[in-house]
Amino acid sequence: MSYHEAPTIAAADAPRLDQDDRPTLRFVTCGSVDDGKSTLVGRLLYDSKTLLDDQLDALASESKTAGTTGGDLDFALLVDGLQAEREQGITIDVAYRFFATKLRRFIVADTPGHAQYTRNMATGASNADLAVVLVDARKGVITQTRRHSHILSLLGIRHVVLAVNKMDLIGFDGDRFAAITAEYLTMAGQLGISQVQCIPVVAPDGDNIVAASTRMPWYTGPTVTAYLESVDVAGDVSQRPFRLPVQWVNRPHADFRGFCGRIASGTIATGETLTVQPSGLRTRVARILTPGGERDRVTAGESLTLTLIDEIDISRGDVLTAGPEPLVSDRLAAHLVWFDDEAMVAGRRYLLKCGTASTGAVITTLKHRIAIDTMAQESATTLDVNQIGYVHLNLDRPLVFEAYRDNRDMGSFILIDPISHRTAAAGMIDLSLRSATNIHWQRLTVDKSVRARLKQQRPCVLWFTGLSGSGKSTIADLVDRRLAELGRHAALLDGDNLRHGINRDLGFSNVERMENVRRVAEIAALFVDAGMIALVALISPFRSERELARQRVEAGEFIEIHVATPLAECERRDPKGLYRKARAGELKGFTGIDDPYEAPQAPEITVDTSELSTEAACERIIRYLREHDYL
Amino acid sequence: MTGQLDLAMEAPVRGASDEAAARHTATSHLQRLEAESIHILRETVAEFRKPVMLYSIGKDSSVLLHLAMKAFHPGKPPFPLLHVDTTWKFREMIEFRDRRARELGLDLIVHTNNDGLSQGIDPFTHGSARYTDVMKTQALRQALDLHGFDAAIGGARRDEEKSRAKERVFSHRSAAHRWDPKNQRPELWSLYNTMLAPGESMRVFPLSNWTELDVWDYILLEDIPIVPLYLAAPRPVVERDGALIMVDDQRMPLLAGEEPHLRSVRFRTLGCYPLSGATISTAATLPEIVREMMASRTSERQGRMIDRDSPASMERKKAEGYF
Repeated sequence: MSYHEAPTIAAADAPRLDQDDRPTLRFVTCGSVDDGKSTLVGRLLYDSKTLLDDQLDALASESKTAGTTGGDLDFALLVDGLQAEREQGITIDVAYRFFATKLRRFIVADTPGHAQYTRNMATGASNADLAVVLVDARKGVITQTRRHSHILSLLGIRHVVLAVNKMDLIGFDGDRFAAITAEYLTMAGQLGISQVQCIPVVAPDGDNIVAASTRMPWYTGPTVTAYLESVDVAGDVSQRPFRLPVQWVNRPHADFRGFCGRIASGTIATGETLTVQPSGLRTRVARILTPGGERDRVTAGESLTLTLIDEIDISRGDVLTAGPEPLVSDRLAAHLVWFDDEAMVAGRRYLLKCGTASTGAVITTLKHRIAIDTMAQESATTLDVNQIGYVHLNLDRPLVFEAYRDNRDMGSFILIDPISHRTAAAGMIDLSLRSATNIHWQRLTVDKSVRARLKQQRPCVLWFTGLSGSGKSTIADLVDRRLAELGRHAALLDGDNLRHGINRDLGFSNVERMENVRRVAEIAALFVDAGMIALVALISPFRSERELARQRVEAGEFIEIHVATPLAECERRDPKGLYRKARAGELKGFTGIDDPYEAPQAPEITVDTSELSTEAACERIIRYLREHDYL
Repeated sequence: MTGQLDLAMEAPVRGASDEAAARHTATSHLQRLEAESIHILRETVAEFRKPVMLYSIGKDSSVLLHLAMKAFHPGKPPFPLLHVDTTWKFREMIEFRDRRARELGLDLIVHTNNDGLSQGIDPFTHGSARYTDVMKTQALRQALDLHGFDAAIGGARRDEEKSRAKERVFSHRSAAHRWDPKNQRPELWSLYNTMLAPGESMRVFPLSNWTELDVWDYILLEDIPIVPLYLAAPRPVVERDGALIMVDDQRMPLLAGEEPHLRSVRFRTLGCYPLSGATISTAATLPEIVREMMASRTSERQGRMIDRDSPASMERKKAEGYF
């Protein structure tokens, strides 16, 4: 009978649910190609009896066809999941595995050792409490071991198991093991990895994995499993100051306004005082809603919804805090692990995500790069893929954070390339480069709303985006004139005209075009602060840039107008003769020809001048402004 | 004065919710998983224009839906549910689906690949590979394109299968819905790169770090409704290709010598009835299922016919856009 029949259960054997709250240890494995990481993890799964009959059957048959062990069970096949990996015999991506022993649950991130996949190791380490570093007993500590250990230390891993594998191939030589151990401990000391346990193993045979090896009687320490079950990795974030990055504002109806998030550190109780950062406003906790119902007190790691006793403006990216103030700054210093094939360039703009906040960021300086062999700091102008460096960053707006060593959730960030959308780097914040007090916003007595009332309008940005020759400037000019006729106060920022003034130092490379858009967005935001309606006519081909411009002002203050005249029509008009030049190859990187235009997905207004006259397009915009109470 | 007064009036009400809270200690394993999943669900809503939750009616979907109800409480989940209906689901699943959507007051979109339907694609004559491609993978892509969803939340777990173990929590799909396993975005801490170019989309897996046992523990602890097919009952089954297939309706052609017998069976995974192998069992309550689970010596996907078509079949199906 080959179908599955449920087993009969002896009541005494079955674990009881209410007793089953074993803690979870998350660890990462790292080492070079062929050090035997996947085999070690496969062995841990096998020995913990986590594998089930059908999985064992599959392993046995795959070991014969795809194995590298001459038909014996090839434990690496359990974890090398992707077809390409099985073909090449190497692990090329992080695999997450789950197993449990009587004392603990484990989540293991099996990460690749091949040099160009260092980013995956950093990925696995970012959520780990401990690392198992493998070395081949024949090779000892090599460059890859140094690189991985350095990344572990940057990512705040304090606990390492050094598994010296393939002891059988050096005749179970205890002196050789001692030498490797000594060399590694010296390096770990330099890196600030405080807890290291060195264990000699033979992963395929299981020596010192679960059972103590009989072939190495000179080793009296714990097995890998015994150590993982007992090591104390607790670093209690609940004892640190309260930090709650606001994820989402829950407003299901007019009577409820809750702030959702997961607590990064500390505890909070109803009635306690909170400071909202970066605004500095203070309030108190009214109610705490958790997945398990309403509670009086909650602690780090929990997802919850808070309501507050005051109605104050809080949105995603703000941080609710208590106790000592976090760092608030728009300039910071950080360690970077570079991931992208495209090298890091100082002066280029990236999108930075930290906690729930997103902001534009420019790497102003690369202070040094780490020479991985020696761990020495060397001067450099760029970081290539898999290189590590220390940088200064300027942000578009103040960020609320802490040093990574103090608080992982509040001190980690990623950089995203705004054009390719690849995750370009992982960052660990070291320190703030200027104190919060210097940049706390001056609260002005005459604020935006006062100015807006005087002018009888709601200030906003009308952002006209579209291909060259689509009619952006013509429509914007007419809207500007109509607003003047209506007695409203507006200012027109035309991309071409600004290039004669504030942006005349900028050319047309991707970096310079992004800077061009950033400056225009900043100027438009200043006009909005002054209570005015800012009209911007700019090709602004990339959605991410327009999104940054939108984030620069408050919700409801950014109106994206897609001038969606088709390319063929723009090219037919060709008012400046640019399409002809681009087609002739005289103009490189021209939007719509050899450079992309990312159309808005959900613009507030769309007009197409091949269907609408300029006047009709203008009227549609004015009507929108009236219907939405801007005028 | 108003502040003090409001606070007193808003103080938590003691009662049933307190009891529920007491079951979750701050360090409980399931509570940590719950907190992580809720964080992921809220990130999805905060970062995407038009998310949707894939609702497959199975136990993982039941847990996902339960988490979504919690994540957005006291509001409702701000996204619709999407069920890709192959027309070959168990009848009890469809009844359960419609009842749950009604009870919870949620927006349910049901999509069927009508091209496939009109071509008469069925799992018996066209084989499970082709049938799955047309009625599941293509149907899902149709539905996502039709409604313009930019994020699809699903209940897949990393412990299910080897290629799933490498899946990101936020997993990028090209405009053609393809997964490129060799070019995944690194995912560190709880920071998710949610950027999309036009036409691209994201698959989101809030249950990535749950195991099958966690799912059952949670269903038991939270008393989450599930389709009764998970519980053992006498059902008409035939033995075919080493699996027990339930004869759920008249459309199933019986081969020579096949005769449905009533046997006490249950299902570990649910899908299309012709492709779901039953397990002989008498576990008719949730605690019995959990105990049976803990002593089990086979994985849940063993009952699934579609994973066995060819080696690495799941990886290939996923690359093509299958969930």
